[in-house]
Amino acid sequence: MDPLGRPRSPASQAARGSRWADRNFYLLALLAALTILGLIALVGWELYRGCHLALAKFGPAFLANSSWDPVSDVYGALPFIFGTLVSSLIALIIAVPLGVATALFLTEMAPQAIRQPVITVIEMLAAVPSVIFGLWGIFVLIPWLRDHLFPWLHSTLGFLPFFSGPIYGVSMLAGGIIVAIMILPIITSVSREIIRSVPNLQREAAYALGSTHWEVIRIAVLSYAHRGIFGAAVLGLGRALGETMAVTMVIGNRPEISASLFAPGYTLASVIANEFTEATSDLYLSALFELGLVLLGITLIVNVIAQLMLRTFSGSSTGKT
Amino acid sequence: MSADSYNQARPSISQQARRRWVSRIVTALMGLSALLVMTPLFLVLYFLIREGASALDWHFFTQLPKPTGEVGGGMANAIVGTLVLLGMAAAIGVPIGVMGGVYLAEYGGERTNDVIRFTADVLNGIPSIVWGMVVYAMLVVPFKTFSAYAGGVALGLMMVPMVMRTTEEVMLLVPQSYREAGLALGIARWKIITVIVIRTAMRGIVTGVLIALARVAGETAPLLFTALGNNFWSHNLSEPISALPLQIFSYAISPYDDWHRQAWAGALVLMLLILVTNLVVRMLSRGRPQS
Amino acid sequence: MNKLSSLPAIAACLLALSAPAVNTASAQLLINGAGATFPQPIYTKWFSEYAKVDPSVRFNYQGIGSGGGQKQILSETVDFGASDGPMSDANLATAPRKLWHIPTVAGAVVISYNLPGNPHLHLDGPTLAAIYLGKVTKWNDPAIAGQNPGISLPAQDILVVHRSDGSGTSYIFTDYLSSVSSEWASKVGKNTAVQWPTGLGGKGNAGVAGQVKQASGAIGYVELAYARQNGLPYADMRNSSGVYVSPSIESVVAALASASIPEDFRFSMVNSPGEKAYPIAGATWLLVYAQQKDSVKGQKLVAFLKWAFTEGEKLAASLDYAPLPGSVQARVLERINSITF
Repeated sequence: MDPLGRPRSPASQAARGSRWADRNFYLLALLAALTILGLIALVGWELYRGCHLALAKFGPAFLANSSWDPVSDVYGALPFIFGTLVSSLIALIIAVPLGVATALFLTEMAPQAIRQPVITVIEMLAAVPSVIFGLWGIFVLIPWLRDHLFPWLHSTLGFLPFFSGPIYGVSMLAGGIIVAIMILPIITSVSREIIRSVPNLQREAAYALGSTHWEVIRIAVLSYAHRGIFGAAVLGLGRALGETMAVTMVIGNRPEISASLFAPGYTLASVIANEFTEATSDLYLSALFELGLVLLGITLIVNVIAQLMLRTFSGSSTGKT
Repeated sequence: MSADSYNQARPSISQQARRRWVSRIVTALMGLSALLVMTPLFLVLYFLIREGASALDWHFFTQLPKPTGEVGGGMANAIVGTLVLLGMAAAIGVPIGVMGGVYLAEYGGERTNDVIRFTADVLNGIPSIVWGMVVYAMLVVPFKTFSAYAGGVALGLMMVPMVMRTTEEVMLLVPQSYREAGLALGIARWKIITVIVIRTAMRGIVTGVLIALARVAGETAPLLFTALGNNFWSHNLSEPISALPLQIFSYAISPYDDWHRQAWAGALVLMLLILVTNLVVRMLSRGRPQS
Repeated sequence: MNKLSSLPAIAACLLALSAPAVNTASAQLLINGAGATFPQPIYTKWFSEYAKVDPSVRFNYQGIGSGGGQKQILSETVDFGASDGPMSDANLATAPRKLWHIPTVAGAVVISYNLPGNPHLHLDGPTLAAIYLGKVTKWNDPAIAGQNPGISLPAQDILVVHRSDGSGTSYIFTDYLSSVSSEWASKVGKNTAVQWPTGLGGKGNAGVAGQVKQASGAIGYVELAYARQNGLPYADMRNSSGVYVSPSIESVVAALASASIPEDFRFSMVNSPGEKAYPIAGATWLLVYAQQKDSVKGQKLVAFLKWAFTEGEKLAASLDYAPLPGSVQARVLERINSITF
């Protein structure tokens, strides 16, 4: 399509006026879109400016170092990177199947009468502030996990290294679960939009072949929408990586790399939230800025990988949906 | 098609029954997922009401915070402060976000859109405290004062990528034929976009904006170093200003029972503020006929 | 277009709604301060009482953390800072002008725990350090049992809880451990945040107390006021004279009385001598420039500080803080009088 897509109307004064308006409207939209690039440059630059001290002192070893010692001013990012990735992964493993199943339920099965209330409830869930999830996590979720779910996992799946070791309640797994709850709404609502955009013709064709309800979903809907659903998962991952307050309150805040999901962990965002206000030495503050930069870098890498995967998934059907 | 090949293609009765059972089980599992997804909201609300409702009274909405040791007082300034900050955030985030979404959905080439979308997703993933650090360095340090402006800018900038992405998504759902019909009638492009496309997608855009507002309304971290908080009414926007999340945070980590009760009450009010705004606008937008 | 215009309209409504509220109060002078959360209750109490003395000025204090208080006063974004730990020499050297530490009150950090029956425990510094170093791991370890005859301690794992966020409370606690254990001093050291050899991190007093309350076998440290208000059990600590002392305002006052306070008021009061002194205690400071830039604000600030050290200190005990001894108050007043504006 022509970027301006102007209709070829009779050359009149009105047309010239509307062309002028069209041009300005376009420029305004372009400017707004470019703001995004300006913002990322701003964030990147401010983070870089903030961490040059740590960059100069530790160099690339910062990423591989696992000590975090404010007293002797030695800092490394490894346990935080590990914790961020693992807790986000747990969240995705839980939230993607649940979210997609809920989206399918809403679009393909639920009667009109219960559809809207369920959608409303899920959108309300998206509105709960992180700090409130954190409070609830500490006082409600953690005790339940510690006394019920974790012991059960321990006794049934304890032969796996992930579910062995002592149970404290606060843990990597608890962090993953709370993040899963928080990214469920976005995964559900984006999946729902995607599934809704599947043409009815597809479904009708499948029904005409005598498929059952589930087969229609599998053949007509999922195969058509899987690319978009993957996009929903990526959007969820983006959120999961940066989730801060609630995670901080349940993950245990210990910079440790452990195979067990019952062990406490720590994320990049949590350590920034915990220690930014109290960092006294310049190098300490600088190291926290560098963690921010690392987080930015990880989200960048994850998104690049996702986009590349989207390309291979989509095959020939490129372009806007 | 001969009768023989027809019979071959038709699945046997038992196979059909099995397929139907699988279908039923999967259906049930999906329903169960929906229930499971909804559960946390009810649990959270239940505990908020249980802990917070007792501290909610008229004073809570009309009075300034009382000093330690004196029971009572309220969060009137924090409630107003949150509204002011949200107003400023919307004034920044909505125009830029919606226009950016318009660009992505209506103008941008594939390559440009990829870059912008990708950047927006990255921005969404940045922890909110990083925004606080950035705006602190940008506005607070040069002007040597914490201010409502800085808080509003921090929240507004956070809203831009969220609003942009949702606007684009819902605008792309508007059928291409609407645009083509407008073009065929010789209507200017910008009018087609504002009058036809945005209007059709309005409900989705409003939902997106509200989700974004709701998300930043509960943010504490970006305000710590920008709006700072204020125990009093703010005279002007270049002074520090109070906000509900800041007040909740400050009370929650304090050692006093009365402050804890107020923190829960503040959390309940914040939650209600978010939920009610959501519900009201939802009803408004549903009440109007769709074009 | 109706719907399109509704969003700016909503924003405008929010602003319009808030505008009168923003402008209702008369124009008073606003003095901003930020920093430590530990003294926040007493400071807000002072400011509200002082509003009755001088209604023309309002003091806004926000507890953003001690490190934040130090940073903000150094970059002059606030009129005064507040910190639970004294600033380091290196940090103080970066100040644009002479910056003074004004001690205000002192408080205790208590050792809380969760054991069956909640017995009243007695502990000494080396044992506490060994627990936090991960060397004493069972509650019935002889090091603990030896100090608590008559209490049957379970053969349970000790679950160590510490603050995950940097905090003045952690500073006092690690300052104490460093003073009683050379191993702690060399391996870990003292700071608002350190590399903890073992244990879980909880966010804020509430985070630590929450984990101690919830998990049987847990041990953690919180502020005295917090433990009292929330009914947590806490241990008597053995002080430098070999006496087990319960944390209280009196025992902190005793520690303050025997602490040696240098000319610049940057002092540590952990493990103070004296039979009645509680060993894990620390003071908190306001950070004020010796030369005030804004003469009106400077004048008001000095007037307030004078009030705080004559009238304000009397309010401390009611909020579980220990007031400064009279002799120190006199020295502080002298310092305040020398502030120029």
